[in-house]
Amino acid sequence: MADIDTKEAVYVTDKLIAEDIDAYLVQHEHKTMLRFITCGSVDDGKSTLIGRLLYDSKMIFEDQLDALQSDSKKVGTQGQEIDFALLVDGLAAEREQGITIDVAYRFFNTEKRKFIVADCPGHEQYTRNMVTGASTADLAVILIDARKGVLVQTRRHSYLCHLIGIRNVVLAVNKMDLVGYDQKVFDDIVAEYSEFAQSIGIESFTAMPISGFKGDNITTPSANTPWYTGPTLVEHLESVEVLSSVDADKPLRLPVQWVNRPNLDFRGFSGLIATGSVKPGDKIRVLPSGKTSTITRVVTYDGDLDEAVAGQSVTVCFEDEIDCSRGSVIAVADNPPQTADQFEATFVWMADEALVPGRAYWLKLGTQTVSATVAAPKYTVNVNTMEHMAAKTLDLNAIGVAELTTDKQVVFEPYADNRALGGFILIDKMTNATVAAGMINFSLRRSQNVHWQAVDIDRKQHAGLKNQKPAVLWFTGLSGSGKSTIANMVEKKLHRMNRHTFLLDGDNVRHGLNKDLGFTEADRIENIRRVGEVSKLMTDAGLIVITAFISPFQADREMVRSMLPDGEFIEVFIDTPLKVAEARDVKGLYKKARSGELKNFTGIDSPYEAPRNPEVRIDTTVVSPEEAADIIVNTLLGDA
Amino acid sequence: MKTLTHLDRLEAEAIHIIREVVAEAEKPVMLYSVGKDSAVMLHLARKAFYPSPPPFPLLHVDTTWKFKAMYELRDKMARDSGMELLVYQNPEAAEKGINPFDHGALHTDMWKTEGLKQALDKYGFDAAFGGARRDEEKSRAKERIFSFRTSSHGWDPKNQRPELWNLYNARKARGESIRVFPISNWTELDIWQYIHLNDIPIVPLYFAGKRPTVERDGMLLMVDDERFPLREGEVPVERSIRFRTLGCYPLTGAVESEAKTLPEVIQETLLTTTSERQGRAIDKDAGGAGMEVKKQQGYF
Repeated sequence: MADIDTKEAVYVTDKLIAEDIDAYLVQHEHKTMLRFITCGSVDDGKSTLIGRLLYDSKMIFEDQLDALQSDSKKVGTQGQEIDFALLVDGLAAEREQGITIDVAYRFFNTEKRKFIVADCPGHEQYTRNMVTGASTADLAVILIDARKGVLVQTRRHSYLCHLIGIRNVVLAVNKMDLVGYDQKVFDDIVAEYSEFAQSIGIESFTAMPISGFKGDNITTPSANTPWYTGPTLVEHLESVEVLSSVDADKPLRLPVQWVNRPNLDFRGFSGLIATGSVKPGDKIRVLPSGKTSTITRVVTYDGDLDEAVAGQSVTVCFEDEIDCSRGSVIAVADNPPQTADQFEATFVWMADEALVPGRAYWLKLGTQTVSATVAAPKYTVNVNTMEHMAAKTLDLNAIGVAELTTDKQVVFEPYADNRALGGFILIDKMTNATVAAGMINFSLRRSQNVHWQAVDIDRKQHAGLKNQKPAVLWFTGLSGSGKSTIANMVEKKLHRMNRHTFLLDGDNVRHGLNKDLGFTEADRIENIRRVGEVSKLMTDAGLIVITAFISPFQADREMVRSMLPDGEFIEVFIDTPLKVAEARDVKGLYKKARSGELKNFTGIDSPYEAPRNPEVRIDTTVVSPEEAADIIVNTLLGDA
Repeated sequence: MKTLTHLDRLEAEAIHIIREVVAEAEKPVMLYSVGKDSAVMLHLARKAFYPSPPPFPLLHVDTTWKFKAMYELRDKMARDSGMELLVYQNPEAAEKGINPFDHGALHTDMWKTEGLKQALDKYGFDAAFGGARRDEEKSRAKERIFSFRTSSHGWDPKNQRPELWNLYNARKARGESIRVFPISNWTELDIWQYIHLNDIPIVPLYFAGKRPTVERDGMLLMVDDERFPLREGEVPVERSIRFRTLGCYPLTGAVESEAKTLPEVIQETLLTTTSERQGRAIDKDAGGAGMEVKKQQGYF
């Protein structure tokens, strides 16, 4: 076992297992659970510390040790000695590189608790992994190499842990053996860190001198540091208050995941209690509808409960048949959360592809999924210096503050008050990748003060008078594909059939409503958003709207689709191959684009994302404009 | 007020995950291998939807070489839970007579890895629950709870979706699927203790009993049926044995044991210094990265 001292720190539990397994099981049954994250730079001895914690709690088995010993000889960095980092680092690729590249989760037990450790890498390009690991943690262990003191990385890790809301911070000054267990070294580091911690708002932290390699102050107080009288690392981890017990004291919030309806006699609402507690007789309010009722039962497979608390997955029943479905939040009646559709939020960008301001993303918060857009950031934060910087977008690993708008009211609370109703992820609508994590700071007042004005003549009556079903025929296709020509024919045909129509043409709209917009990606999105909103108003007025815009991005067309009632958005893909459209070049634009005179031209230096499931697809290489117009009209009216 | 124990929190987390999948996936399925982890998974699924039965079927990707006792428990549990049981056997492997005695690694590859892909494609499942745990093996420590697979069932460890808080992104394109591991954060001890506390039925082979065995290549194998080809000089010997994991009987090594109750099994488990999967041959292929390579190829 090389240099690692294995004799000390053998847990009492070992003896109990052999002597009285039933007593051991009773003890284990009553353990609580603490999740924590370890942060440190590449050489801070993080993997060695985790390896030691696993080793001391007998979580490394003999055959794994054998494998480890042979691995250590092959690729280890500790010469012929056991390299605990190899045990803790998982994937083959990173074992070759000798660095940790992702979040790995480890498990160990002590007499009092089960622990889940999120082992996170330290270097800057993996901010997203650290934030991921921190998001479920009750506590953070920030490792410092006693020889190096507070580094830029230390500041970054502390800032990120604070940002994600971790209240329990341990400053573990490691490798004390290499500085002769010198109290002055320790005190100086603690003083320097203290000043920094205060400056970023960390209210308190617990500092301890340790050696992961030698085992000082890990499980037993070290004879080498008589000047240190605080707890050992494990003692501290065993006694810290866990998040779920803090959450239980807050008002009830139960996001509904699933409605349980096995038969007509039973209607239950299932979910994980985010905060507070619930019991039969409690008055509750369901958001966003605001309807109230009373809890009749808290149902589980093991029998009805008298009370359930934050952290439990339950099914509850109400006295009244009120509206409640996936995405609703059940709350205590007299202290419900708010709803809003505009927010200021802090984002951590997690994708290689940068934020496109104005583009619609899916936003998932609790069990609610809505469409959302993010404005250009107000600022980004330099994670090394905490300075605010101006920025036009958010790149991979950027942290920034920006305004967020959702297409529906969202039940929320500020992240600082409630992680479950304030934390969200953004999902790219095209690739389905998780592109960002976000935390709501507050809702914007303008969204609270702008209300819908109820009108007596609604869209149904407008349409009824015109004796038609409103719809948007959304033409999309390359420049020169024939959109305007065919759209014009469609309108003439409909007009002859006494339909009330309106044609919105790309070029025409840019002369008026959108003359302030250019052709950058952000401006194109705004162009489409405005056209979408105008189309929606016109369908509210009962019209059949025909639009002819290149609208190259799937996400933007989907944004318009989501503005309209189901079935009213008819996507018409005028499918003309680039070669054919370019050969036609009616306006001479392709020529200009090819020569570089015209930038951001779709098909040349800007992509066209073809619709995947359009309602109508017209292949102009086989169908004439006249035939195409007939197909489109038939689709529209056949549907109506 | 109630203080939640670690098992309370692990159970609540697993139930939350299972419900999220049912709410967001089009056609989920639970892989059921009849082992102790599967037993816990099935129990959690029943808890998640009580009083309704779980709204998805069980899928057993069968190799035809499981222990007899496993087939018996499998059929009983499907009946008791009110769930549909789908059994899939790779027809190609059956036709070629692929078996663990003659074909070694090919047996696992054809019956299990290929069989699983075929079954998922055949039924068009877009989300499959599995009972893998992060403490089992090094590469699993980094796998997500929602593990995204391409339309050819490939896994790209470098391109996993970040998982924050308890928000899971279940969105995917047509043809792509997700493997979901609700008991990722459980350890072997948690599984045993949960079975103990909830009185969950498990295959009797987990408990010690007198069984016919032969010793071969350093493993104790049980002669479970007449298909077991005895080598020259081999005579089955009655030994008191039990199994720490259950797979195909010719590939699963037993340990000599007198542990007849769950506490005794747990006691033995905790006192031994051999990790769980050692009884199985599969991890040792392809050097240290055996399981990771298998997963990239589509092994669960």
